[in-house]
Amino acid sequence: MIDYLREIISGTWSLFVGLGITIRYFFQPVVTVQYPYETLPMTPRFRGHIELVKDEETGETKCIVCGMCQKACPSNCITVNGEKREGVKGKVLTEYTLDFTKCSLCGLCVESCTPKAITFSKDYNLAGVRKEAYIFDLKKRLEAKN
Amino acid sequence: MYVDPEIIRLLAFLIGVIAFAALNAAYLVWLERKEAAHIQRRIGPKEVGPFGLLQPLVDGIKLMTKQLIVPAGVDPVLFKIAPILVMVPAIMSFVTIPFSETLVARNLDIGLLAIFAFASVNVLGLLLGAWGSRNKYAVISAARVVSQNVAYEIPMLVTVVTLVMISGTMNLSKIVALQQGGFWHWNILNLSASPLMPVAFLIFFVCMLAETNRAPFDMAEAESELVAGAFTEYSGMGFGVFFMGEYANIVIGASMATILFLGGWDCPFGLFPGVHWFLIKMYFLIFTVIWIRWTYPRTTFYGLLNLSWKILIPISFVNLILTSAMLKVF
Ligand code: SF4
Ligand code: SF4
Repeated sequence: MIDYLREIISGTWSLFVGLGITIRYFFQPVVTVQYPYETLPMTPRFRGHIELVKDEETGETKCIVCGMCQKACPSNCITVNGEKREGVKGKVLTEYTLDFTKCSLCGLCVESCTPKAITFSKDYNLAGVRKEAYIFDLKKRLEAKN
Repeated sequence: MYVDPEIIRLLAFLIGVIAFAALNAAYLVWLERKEAAHIQRRIGPKEVGPFGLLQPLVDGIKLMTKQLIVPAGVDPVLFKIAPILVMVPAIMSFVTIPFSETLVARNLDIGLLAIFAFASVNVLGLLLGAWGSRNKYAVISAARVVSQNVAYEIPMLVTVVTLVMISGTMNLSKIVALQQGGFWHWNILNLSASPLMPVAFLIFFVCMLAETNRAPFDMAEAESELVAGAFTEYSGMGFGVFFMGEYANIVIGASMATILFLGGWDCPFGLFPGVHWFLIKMYFLIFTVIWIRWTYPRTTFYGLLNLSWKILIPISFVNLILTSAMLKVF
């Protein structure tokens, strides 16, 4: 009998404690980010799809078209092409395509690039209704940024 | 042309009550979403209108434009009248509720009895809806609803009988009138009638939660386990009417708790009584109902029945006996 009453009283009390906790939260300010209107800065280690890095001196890409990234990529998402031009040392990048539908964000391409010409972007607003929306022309993207 | 003022009164009452029930249902959903959001430190509806205040309107439009699917094989009559059987008694119950000294549609001497009579039709509506759906799962959940309601009607009625013994009347206005003059006169603190009165209020409140199928007792439509339980087969506004009925029942439950225990339209300090005090108390109770929903997880069915049969019913009987003894002695 005593146990029965004690259980009821302690049980009821614990219910009120629970209510107390939720009402405290009720009066605390909201913490959610109102996403489309507000965004948080991404962390520096965030891995988005890869992106060509701009050379600050020339304003062009740092890529020397060595093809290492293309070889390193385990999923074959990268296509790099270049051509020889008059008066320019080395090759000039003509095409850099990333098929993001296959990318596993492993980062091998970024690691294998000696001139540090590619990096992870901070882009995460990637919604699309067609597969083609994820085949990025990174050269165009870099030019669009300039 | 002579029109009986009684008819005008009835019409005014009908329109008023339907508007009140519909608006309450709509805006309690809004309140529920806002309160839930703030307990979880979110904002809740905010896009449509200021503070999301037009959200219930667009929700209503959305529900109404949805196709009403009547599945093949259902009992068409039962299937269609079941939502009405839930909604109409809820609206009818407003007839006897005294919002203030003068604001009452029908001052019945058996007001309390009438409300409980109407309240039990609600269960019938759910049961018929599930039965008419010809869906095993709906029927099983409806059986759960019925056993839940039977289990919780007993302690609730025993508590109410205690109150009727104290007040000596079933007229709701008179019950409130007996509690006038400050919060120390309210039944919840009527310790000279029975020292268990605050406990009786708790029992009544818990039973009210269970009767209106509110969390943590929302077995009728445990959406995560039973896929909306008893109204699995209902779509669009058929489901919407069940929902409105549920919210109307919450309003009635909160009003009953206000009338029976919290002195109805009485001001806590004996100053200006009026309909505003009734509404404040009622909405505070509704706020608590929602607050409880977002605090406790859903109980299991055994927990629910154990709580009623092992705890609430014995205690309410103890309270009944204690009250009758006190009434006899003093
Ligand atoms: S991150 Fe990995 S998978 Fe993606 S492009 Fe680079 S190497 Fe290929
Ligand atoms: S590894 Fe670097 S430099 Fe070489 S092709 Fe790829 S991006 Fe260009």
